Amino acid sequence: MKRIPMPVRVLGLVGAASVALTACSSGSDGSDGSDGASAGGDTTFTWWDPYPQHEDGSDWDKRVQACGEEAGVTIERTAYDTTALTNQALLSAQEGTSPDIILIDNPAVSTLADTGMLTTMDELGFDTSAFDENLLDAGVVDGDTYGIPIGANTLALYYNKAILDAAGVDPATITDWATLDDALAKVAAAGRTGITFAGINTEEGSFQFLPWFWGAGADLRQLDSPEAVQALQLWTDWLDKGYAQQSAITNSQNTTWEEFLTGDFAFAENGTWQVNSAAEAGFETGYIQLPAMDGGGAPAPTGGEFIVAPVQEDTDRYETTSQIIECMTTTDGLVQTAETFAYYIPSTAEGQEALLAEHPELDTWVGAVQDAKGRTSDDLGTDYPLISEQLWTAVQKALSGAATPQDALTEAQTAAESATS
Amino acid sequence: MTTISTRLGSAGSPGRDGSTPPEVRRTAPLRRVRSTQWAALAFALPLLAYLLVFYAFPLYRNIDLSVHDYNVRAFVQGNAEFVGLDVFRDVLTSATFPTAVRNTLIFVLVSLVFQYATGLALAVFFRTSFRLSAVLRGMFLVPWLLPLIVSASTWSWMLNGDNGIVNSALQAFGIGQINWLTDPSLAIWSVTIANIWLGIPFNLVILYSGLQNIPGDVYEAASLDGANAWQQFWRITFPLLRPVSAITLLLGFVYTLKVVDVIWVMTTGGPANASTTLAVWSYREAFGTGQPDFSPAAAVGNILILVALAIGLVYVQLQRRQEKQP
Repeated sequence: MKRIPMPVRVLGLVGAASVALTACSSGSDGSDGSDGASAGGDTTFTWWDPYPQHEDGSDWDKRVQACGEEAGVTIERTAYDTTALTNQALLSAQEGTSPDIILIDNPAVSTLADTGMLTTMDELGFDTSAFDENLLDAGVVDGDTYGIPIGANTLALYYNKAILDAAGVDPATITDWATLDDALAKVAAAGRTGITFAGINTEEGSFQFLPWFWGAGADLRQLDSPEAVQALQLWTDWLDKGYAQQSAITNSQNTTWEEFLTGDFAFAENGTWQVNSAAEAGFETGYIQLPAMDGGGAPAPTGGEFIVAPVQEDTDRYETTSQIIECMTTTDGLVQTAETFAYYIPSTAEGQEALLAEHPELDTWVGAVQDAKGRTSDDLGTDYPLISEQLWTAVQKALSGAATPQDALTEAQTAAESATS
Repeated sequence: MTTISTRLGSAGSPGRDGSTPPEVRRTAPLRRVRSTQWAALAFALPLLAYLLVFYAFPLYRNIDLSVHDYNVRAFVQGNAEFVGLDVFRDVLTSATFPTAVRNTLIFVLVSLVFQYATGLALAVFFRTSFRLSAVLRGMFLVPWLLPLIVSASTWSWMLNGDNGIVNSALQAFGIGQINWLTDPSLAIWSVTIANIWLGIPFNLVILYSGLQNIPGDVYEAASLDGANAWQQFWRITFPLLRPVSAITLLLGFVYTLKVVDVIWVMTTGGPANASTTLAVWSYREAFGTGQPDFSPAAAVGNILILVALAIGLVYVQLQRRQEKQP
C-alpha cells in the first residue's frame, strides 16, 4: 500500500475537523433557537430595556415584575446601554432568540420593523386608538403600527433667570427667532454667553438641530430648501457673533447641560430629563418652548422609548405579551413611567391630564410634546438614519466654517438622496 | 505481472528478487514514524482548532460581509444578495474615501515618526543611569498604563477651544484662541498629537531593551577613536538597533492603523469627516449611525487588513535580506 503523503493527511484531518465544527455549531444554533422560546417552561418572559441605571430591586424593576405577575408569568429583565440595544436586538433576531418584549428608542422601531422581526399591534390584538398620533407615528411603517410609545420627552429652552434679569430680558417676550436673537444680543452686551447646544456629529446633533429645522418649516426629504438654509444660518450666525461658543460643535447634550450649570450661559437647549437637575442648580432657572421662526412653538423631535414585541416561534405567547403591554400603558402606568424617568410625558390625553393633576408645573412640557414630531414619522422610517447622518455632517461643516450653510446642505441633500435611493 | 513485481523487488535492494524481507524492513520503520506523527498531530489539533475558530472564521465572515449586500433586513433574515466587488467599488469611489486615506496617512506616519524619534531619544537618554532614573523611566510608562478612555477624555478636555488648559497657557504667551478639536484643518493634527503621547512609552520600552544588547566596549572603542556623542549614536547605536527598530515600527504601524477609540472620544471623526481615518469610518458605518451598514464597514476593514499584510510582507523581506547579509 502506498503511504499517503503527510500534507495530504494533515489536510484531511483539518478538513474533517472543520466539517465537524461547522456541523456542531449549526446544529447547536438550531436547537438554541427553539429552546430559547420555551426555556424554563411557559412562565418566563424575557424583557430588554435601555435603563441600566435602574437595577434589580429599583422601583422600575418592581413595576415591570408586577406587570408580569399580573399576567401570570415571571419577567426576566436585562438592561442594555441604549446605543447597543438596536444591534443586540438585530443579532438576537438573526439567531432566532429574540426576547418577548423590548423597550427601544423610537427612531429604531422602523429599522427593526423593516427586518420583519416585530409583530404589529393588530396581530397582538391591541387597540392603539387612545394614543396620541404624533407620538404613535414614529412606529408606523406602511400603515402598520409596530409598537406603543411609553412616554415622550422633548427639547425646550432652559434659561438662567439671573443672567436674563441682569441683561434686561423678559423670557415671556421670546416668541420667534427675531426676538430670540434680540435677547441673545442683549445678553452678549451684558458680557455673558448667550446660548449653548449640542452640535456633535452623532444622532444627538440632529436631535438638537431638528426643532430649528422644523421650526423654519423645512422638511427632512428636502435638506437644501431655503427654509433649511435659514435654520442652519441661524446657528452659524450665533457662532460667528459669539452668542454661542465653538465647543458647541463637539458638545453632547450632557456636556451642554454641564456648561449651563456653570452659570455662564443664558440659554441652554436641553430636554425634559433635566427638569430635576435644573431645580437643583445654583441659580434660578426656567424654561420656555423652543420658538418657531415666525412665532409659536417649534415642533421638536420626540425622545422616549416604544414597547415592541418581537416575533416568536410560539405564537401562544402573544396573548400574555399583550397583557403585559396593556399593564404598562394604563393611565396610572403611564404616569408612573413619567415619574420614574424624570418626566416622560404620557402618550395618551388621559395620561397627560393625570400627570398635570399631580404636577401642574409641567404644562409647558405637555404643550411641547403635543407639538412634537417623531423623527421617523411622515413615513421616513428607515430612511431617517441615513438622512440624519447627512444632516449632522452638514451642520458640522457649516458651524466649523468648512462650507457655507447652502453648500453644506446641498451636498447633504445629494448624499441623502443617493443613500436612500 | 511477475516481471513487474520482480523489477519492483529488485528496485528496493539491488541484485535481489522481490521477496518479503526487504518490505518488512521498510514497513517496520514506517509504522514507528506514523505513530509519532499521529501524536504530533494530536498536540497540534487544539491549536489548529483555535486558529480556525478565532482567526480563519472571523476572516471568512468579514470577507463574506463585504461581498454581499447586508442591509439590516438581510442581516436578520440571512438572505443577503451576493454582489461581488460592488461594495468595494462603492467604498473606493465614495466621497469619504480620499479624505479617510489622507487622514489615515497623516495620522499613522506622523504618529510613527514622532513616537519612534521621541522613544529613541528617551531610550538613549536613559542609557546612562543617574539617580532616580528608574523612577523617571517608570513615570514615562503612565500614558501606556492609563485606560484609553481616560487619556482621550483628558486630552479632549485639555484641547477644548474655549476652556482648555492648552489655550489658557498659549494665551499667557499672547497667542489667540486655537480651536484644536473643532477647526476642520486642525482636528486631525490634534488627535495625532494625543496619539503620539500615547505611543511613546511602547517605543521607549522596546528600544531601551534593544539598547541593553549593545555591548559597552563598542562605545569605548569608538570614543578611543575620537567619535563624539552624535557620531556614536548615528554610526553605532542606530545601525545596531535596526532589527529592534524594524519590529517596533511594524508593531506600531499595525496598531496605529486600527486606532478608533482615541479619535472617537476626542472628535468622533469630525468636524464633518475632518479627522475620520479608515478605521473610524469602518466603525462609524457599523455602529455609529442609527442604521448599521455592515457591508461597507467590512469592506473598509478588509482594505485595512490588506494594507497591514503588505507592510508585514515588506518587513519579512527586510528580515530575510538582513539575515543574508554577512
